[in-house]
Amino acid sequence: MGCSRVGARLAEMLAREGHQVAILDINASSFRRLPQDFTGTALLGSGLDEASLNKAGIKTADVFIAATQGDNRNIMASQIARHIFSVEKVVCRIYDPLRRDLYGELGLETISSTTIVAQMIKDGLEQQES
Amino acid sequence: MYIIIIGGGRLGYNLAKSLILESYEVLVIEKDVEVVEHINAEMGSIAIAGDGCEGKILESAGARRADIFIALTGEDEDNLVACQIAKHYFKIPRTIARLLDERNERLFRKLGIDVTINSTGIILEYIKHELPSPPVMHLLNLREAEYEIVDITIPSAASTIGMAFKDLKLPEGAILALILRSGKKPLVPGDSTMVEALDQVIAVISPENETLLRQALTEK
Repeated sequence: MGCSRVGARLAEMLAREGHQVAILDINASSFRRLPQDFTGTALLGSGLDEASLNKAGIKTADVFIAATQGDNRNIMASQIARHIFSVEKVVCRIYDPLRRDLYGELGLETISSTTIVAQMIKDGLEQQES
Repeated sequence: MYIIIIGGGRLGYNLAKSLILESYEVLVIEKDVEVVEHINAEMGSIAIAGDGCEGKILESAGARRADIFIALTGEDEDNLVACQIAKHYFKIPRTIARLLDERNERLFRKLGIDVTINSTGIILEYIKHELPSPPVMHLLNLREAEYEIVDITIPSAASTIGMAFKDLKLPEGAILALILRSGKKPLVPGDSTMVEALDQVIAVISPENETLLRQALTEK
């Protein structure tokens, strides 16, 4: 869910590895980020909307990834995937570290690019120093 | 009693105003600085600018000692997340969320939001109530108990008129709490209370038995 830069790149990588991928976005223009030879399905629709999720085949999905720019949208969509459609593996991108920690405790698999990138930059600096 | 409201739009604004009149301690958190200034100019410093899903803002708002948390923004996802943070991180005992898309009601309920208010649905209910032969009107959902409080008006042509309320075959779990009659004081139905035309019956019922209850009250 979310054909953001991260979403599009991830969809491309997974499709190349031979996985069946469907990517949802509420803006058709976001799909320009997908490569010409993308083998997955691009669907116009919201990950908060059960009809769109059904169209994307959520009932048979093994993994759901929420990667839009909005923390709350990602959180709500992930919880729909998890609690309504019982998708086994749900990964949710959350920028805000507090929300990342909280929803981690509430059972979502969360990734905060803010924390990860900050940590990587810090590690990089420390490696240079030593 | 300390109440935090997220969203200072028409709904949040009017709610804050009436709660202040009832001497509650109220704080409104609103993203739009201009709206915040407008509220503060009118009601004193009761509003702060910020995102109601942001931990720091809630912390500075004293969310830890809040008794009730009400999310009234125009986005379901924001209301959901704000309430979840309030409940699980700040341990606020009661969370109330406005719902714009009624299809999300099941999810909100599953995720532990105490009360959801579907404003469009409520207005529709009221309009339906004004139409001839009103169906069951929902007054309040009692989430944890999975019961709801409904208002059923006895139509003038109901075949139950003249019978005692206690003789009606009510569905399991139904409680007739109150009878409202125009021009009279509200009364709790007793052994001798008879069904009268246009009685407004306030009852507690589980949603799946709602239709049965309406039938029991209006058809012999």
